[in-house]
Amino acid sequence: MNQEEAFETFKSCAVEVLQVTPEQVVKDARFADDLDADSLDLVELVMALEENFNITVDESELEGVETVGQAFDLVIGKVG
Amino acid sequence: MNEIHNGSNQGSRVAFVSGASRGIGLACASLLASQGYKVGLGVRDDSQASCDRIFQEIRQYLDKIAQQANCTDDPESHHVKLELTNIRIVPCDVRSTESVDQAFEKVESELGQIEVVVANAGITRDQISVRMKDDEWQEVLDTNLFGSFRVARRAATKMLRLKRGRIIFISSVSGTLGQAGQANYAASKAALTGLARSLARELASRSITVNVISPGAIDTDMLGAMNDSQLSQILDRIPMQRLGNTLEVANLVAFIASEYASYITGAVIPVDGGLAMGG
Repeated sequence: MNQEEAFETFKSCAVEVLQVTPEQVVKDARFADDLDADSLDLVELVMALEENFNITVDESELEGVETVGQAFDLVIGKVG
Repeated sequence: MNEIHNGSNQGSRVAFVSGASRGIGLACASLLASQGYKVGLGVRDDSQASCDRIFQEIRQYLDKIAQQANCTDDPESHHVKLELTNIRIVPCDVRSTESVDQAFEKVESELGQIEVVVANAGITRDQISVRMKDDEWQEVLDTNLFGSFRVARRAATKMLRLKRGRIIFISSVSGTLGQAGQANYAASKAALTGLARSLARELASRSITVNVISPGAIDTDMLGAMNDSQLSQILDRIPMQRLGNTLEVANLVAFIASEYASYITGAVIPVDGGLAMGG
């Protein structure tokens, strides 16, 4: 899976879980401020990403992750 | 009240009951099934002989439920029905996360997304505290408390997506009053309150309610282990001066499971003939 395909998958997870439009899911978007996601939304998103990318994300790795870009980098780092 | 108990509005919601092979769990599963739920029964022994007995007892429960409907003159409940195809008995050892996962997966794939979970599986290993062995403590806590958490955690994961759900823990009056010889059991049941209320806070924004039902002395195999003197002592303390029956607990479970209970969460509700009043 290349980066572009991976981001599309990431985007579809975010759209489904956070109930936002695909256009809102840009790398600069902040989960809390721009996507109106609460902590439970983010838990759901992480679970969806784990399922779709077949990865495991430890809670400690989520510290400091506030934007779509940061989260995507975390995922892509694991997918390889 | 009548319409609260009829199942006509429950459509094809899916419920899962752990520890459903007998007692309160089986009564809950039977009543929910009679109300039109699709029901997964988590049991430890899923041998053919055990399943046959369970189905037989479900049929007996349906007769009792019909009688109950006659007594309460609830016209809707006269149409007690049961689709055996809507019932699945699945192996579920709540001491194992993997077993709980597999049970849920089977029910989800065959019946659909689980919206109602009754965490009921529980055991006793009674012993006076000073003589209680580590494994007697550990086994009871692992099944009753951690087992309930395993079931609730698995259920909540999918309910988050659904944005609705009911998690119902079956506790015990022992958790409120304490019971000599049941330090392990009472501790495990009391702890369900903290567990339920934490989950209730975590999940409230997703319309998932989490409640605890606290039965008193209910006429089950578990109570049957008591001798006459112990039983008589308990009866003396119950204002209603009788044991409860399993359907009296199941009725409350069915209400909490229903849409009528949409604003009840984090509650600990007794069904005990007044035994634990004020506790």
